[in-house]
Parts: sequence; structure tokens; C-alpha cells
Amino acid sequence: MKLSYFAWVRERIGVADEEVALPAGVATVADLLGWLKGRGENYEFALQAPEIIRVAIDQEHVDHSEPLAGAKEVALFPPMTGG
Amino acid sequence: MGADDKTPRDIHRDMATTMYDRSEGAATVRPEGLAPAEARQSGPQATIAPKVTVSAERIDIAAETMALSGEPGAGALVTFSGFCRDEDGRLSALELEHYPGMAEQEIGKIAEEAAQRWPLIAVRAAHRYGKIAPGEEIVFVACSSRHRGAAFEAASFIMDFMKTKAPFWKREHLKDGSVGGWVESKATDEAAEDRWHRI
Repeated sequence: MKLSYFAWVRERIGVADEEVALPAGVATVADLLGWLKGRGENYEFALQAPEIIRVAIDQEHVDHSEPLAGAKEVALFPPMTGG
Repeated sequence: MGADDKTPRDIHRDMATTMYDRSEGAATVRPEGLAPAEARQSGPQATIAPKVTVSAERIDIAAETMALSGEPGAGALVTFSGFCRDEDGRLSALELEHYPGMAEQEIGKIAEEAAQRWPLIAVRAAHRYGKIAPGEEIVFVACSSRHRGAAFEAASFIMDFMKTKAPFWKREHLKDGSVGGWVESKATDEAAEDRWHRI
């Protein structure tokens, strides 16, 4: 699965995107955020307040309860500030 | 009376009626051969597909406005232009990061939603990314409709959703050459979007 990061989530993690193989038991967006957070200091720094992280699966906004099954690309980013 | 034997006075009346027909209080007298506006408006709206652009290029606000002007049946065109502020001289630029693909898609969805909710004749939305200098435009929204109420509301709706749902992030570049922080999202923007769920 491809993970994409934007704005300060990207800066804190240190890469714009990466391919990951999800371990068993990571079924939802919330599970993914929890798992990523444990992957190192940079992830911990980016995801220290997971509740504010916005998530898109295959370029559609989703809630943290959304299942990951079938997702090709999951994007993590801060609340949007365009316009 | 056929179209061939119009007096200059008739022609003048026709022109005046046609022009007046574009404003709020549409006249009931119309040139022969034209369907009444009510008939043209009945049934599903013949809405022009929303046009959405996400680009680093400047937005030509005058040209965009003109492009939506002159649409027969449109009595109102509301445009909104959002600009980069210098924050009292502090900023040298704003940098906008975006999620390519999703940005266009989200703005498209917002514009389609507006076209569903209001009887719009045309919808245009353009958003820039990259480095934008103070005074330069960041975003442009235009909605035309038969009457001004729908055009005003739809333009406001699109802007409110664009701020909270379109994947763009602003970062400040400061006058002293340093890169400042990411702009934080505002609770007021969330509240502005949320009100549309309740009406």
C-alpha cells in the first residue's frame, strides 16, 4: 500500500510517500495511525495527536474508523488551509 | 406581426426588453420568437458543467469574469477572489502545497454539490498552488444564476467548503528570508462550513 504525506506531516516524517506492507491486525485508519506512530521518532512526532490527522483513501476523505481493505493509496495530512 | 415588419421602435423595445430580462425584475413583454424565460427555466436546470482549474499559473480574474458574462438567462454573476495578504509587511510570500489529483477532484465535487443545491447557470473555480506573492490572487470562484440570491449563496458555499475540504496547505515565507510555519486551520472556517449542513 502506498502512503502519502503532506505539509507538516510530510516534513516531520521526512518522506513524501512510501510503500508499506501492513502487519496483520491493522484493519482501519485508526489502526494504521497507531502502527505508524510506533515506527520511529519521526512518526511519533508527526502523529503525536492522531485525532487531528486528516486521512484520504484513494483521494477520498474518510473517518478514522474507515476500513483499509482494498485501499491502494492512503494519504495523511493536517487540517486543510487553502482558499 | 412578423419579424420582417418591425419598426425601429419595436426593435428598440426588443433590445431593451432583452437587456431588462437579464436583471431581477424580468419584464413580461418579450420579443416574438423567444420562449418565455419561465419556460426555459422549467424542468431540470440546463447547468453548464462546473469548470475547475488547479494550477501554479496566475488567474486572470478579468478574463474569467468576462468568460461567464453575457450568458442569456443569467441575471446575476457573483465572483469571489481571494488574495495573499502580506500580514502587515511580515510576509514575502505564501507557499501552497496541494495533493495533485485530489485537489481538482474535491473542488469539482464541491462545485457539483453547489450546482445541485442552487439553480446555477455556470460555475467556475480556480485555485493556485506554489509560491504566491502578497497581492496576488490565490483563489477565484464565480457562480451565475437567474437571480442574485442563488449566485451569492452558491459562491459562499463553494468557498466555505474549499477552505475545509480541498487539500491545500499554506506555509508562510517571511520578509527576513526565513521560512515560517504552516498556517493553522481556523475554527471559524470549520464553523462556516458546518452552517451549510444545517440549512
